[in-house]
Amino acid sequence: MAESAGEMAHEAVEHTQTQGEYIQHHLQFLTFGKDAEGHWGIAHGAEAVAEMGFWSFHVDMLGWSIGLGLIFVIMFRSAAKNATSGVPGGFQNFIEWVLEFVETSVKDTFHGTNALIAPLALTIFCWVMLMNTMDIVPVDLFPWIAQQVSGDPEIAFRVVPTTDPNITLGMSISIFLLIIFYSIKVKGVGGFLKELAFQPFGPKMLPFNLLIEVPTLLAKPVSLGLRLYGNLYAGELVFLLIALFGAFQLPVHFIWAAFHLLVIPLQAFIFMMLTIVYLSQACEDH
Amino acid sequence: MNINATLFGQMIAFAFFVWFCMKYVWPPLTAALSERQKRIADGLEAADKAGKDLEQAQERVAEQLKEAKTQAAGIIDQANKRSTQIVEEAKNQGREEGQRMITGAQAEIEQEINRAKEQLREQVASIAIAGAEKILEASIDESAHAKITEKLAESL
Repeated sequence: MAESAGEMAHEAVEHTQTQGEYIQHHLQFLTFGKDAEGHWGIAHGAEAVAEMGFWSFHVDMLGWSIGLGLIFVIMFRSAAKNATSGVPGGFQNFIEWVLEFVETSVKDTFHGTNALIAPLALTIFCWVMLMNTMDIVPVDLFPWIAQQVSGDPEIAFRVVPTTDPNITLGMSISIFLLIIFYSIKVKGVGGFLKELAFQPFGPKMLPFNLLIEVPTLLAKPVSLGLRLYGNLYAGELVFLLIALFGAFQLPVHFIWAAFHLLVIPLQAFIFMMLTIVYLSQACEDH
Repeated sequence: MNINATLFGQMIAFAFFVWFCMKYVWPPLTAALSERQKRIADGLEAADKAGKDLEQAQERVAEQLKEAKTQAAGIIDQANKRSTQIVEEAKNQGREEGQRMITGAQAEIEQEINRAKEQLREQVASIAIAGAEKILEASIDESAHAKITEKLAESL
């Protein structure tokens, strides 16, 4: 899996890069934005990225993220189109198994009717799972392909969208907005504010309540996004470090990849479950 | 960690995929699943019913078989009785017939004997008369001695 390409590229890299540079290079994004002179384009090097500021895009991450999302959508849409009440085929069965798994998770936690939450959970679970799975791809395979295609040996190209905090926080902030939306929709603005201000110590201790409840609320999207990012980033970093081992990297890669096979679905599941829990809290009226 | 506009790109993509899933993926799949669930439930119920029907039918079959057996036994019994009866009747008839034939034959024999006796008597009478005639030669008046010859014939 991660071994052969990593080794191959590693040997090529040794002559031109130090180990630190190798890792640094692998942690750069293919960034599109406006450079210091006002031209839109792909950034070359870390300084150029820094110059672009906020209004720039990680083209590689967005590309993989949207591509994998499309794979999810097309897979499930084709199953949904052919869905019958008859005997399901292998593919149909698999899709339905995933769907039922998500549905049970939602039903166990979320009491009430909401047309959004189950499809949301399914999208999160499958999409995050697909994005995490990219971690199993050899760390140097796609960067090497990108170098061959673009002809630029210095091109930055990453493949695991969940190792970009923009991606994970983009999702967790969307969920945060949904939390706010449903809190206000179910409890009203007053009810929502009351929950923040009058709990858990009663109205007399209002400042203390706010001090507890507001960070709790704000911590939700941050912890949700950073947990996923941190786990996958660490995983990828370890793969990069193993790629520096030289000839001994093969068995170590295998062990880490096998371990990572547990992390990938687990993190997708945690992200989905926490989303369901947060939204069910938002929809519960006290 | 450099936060940039990628965040918004991901949010938009996320919103799109969730919307698509909510609109075009989840409803048809769950509909198919619940429909299948219903069909399976119906099928199981039908199977249960069919099982019960089968049980009832088997019971009925066993009952009918039992009835048929007793009927058959009755018929065989009757037939046996009737056959012994017929044999008995035939025996009786045969015996009677034999008896009748025997008595008929005996009567015939009796008649035959009587007739033979009569003929013999007549023949003897005529022989006697012829003898007497020969003895008496033409002297005897047939009409005058008819009574004597008749008496003679009768006494034979």
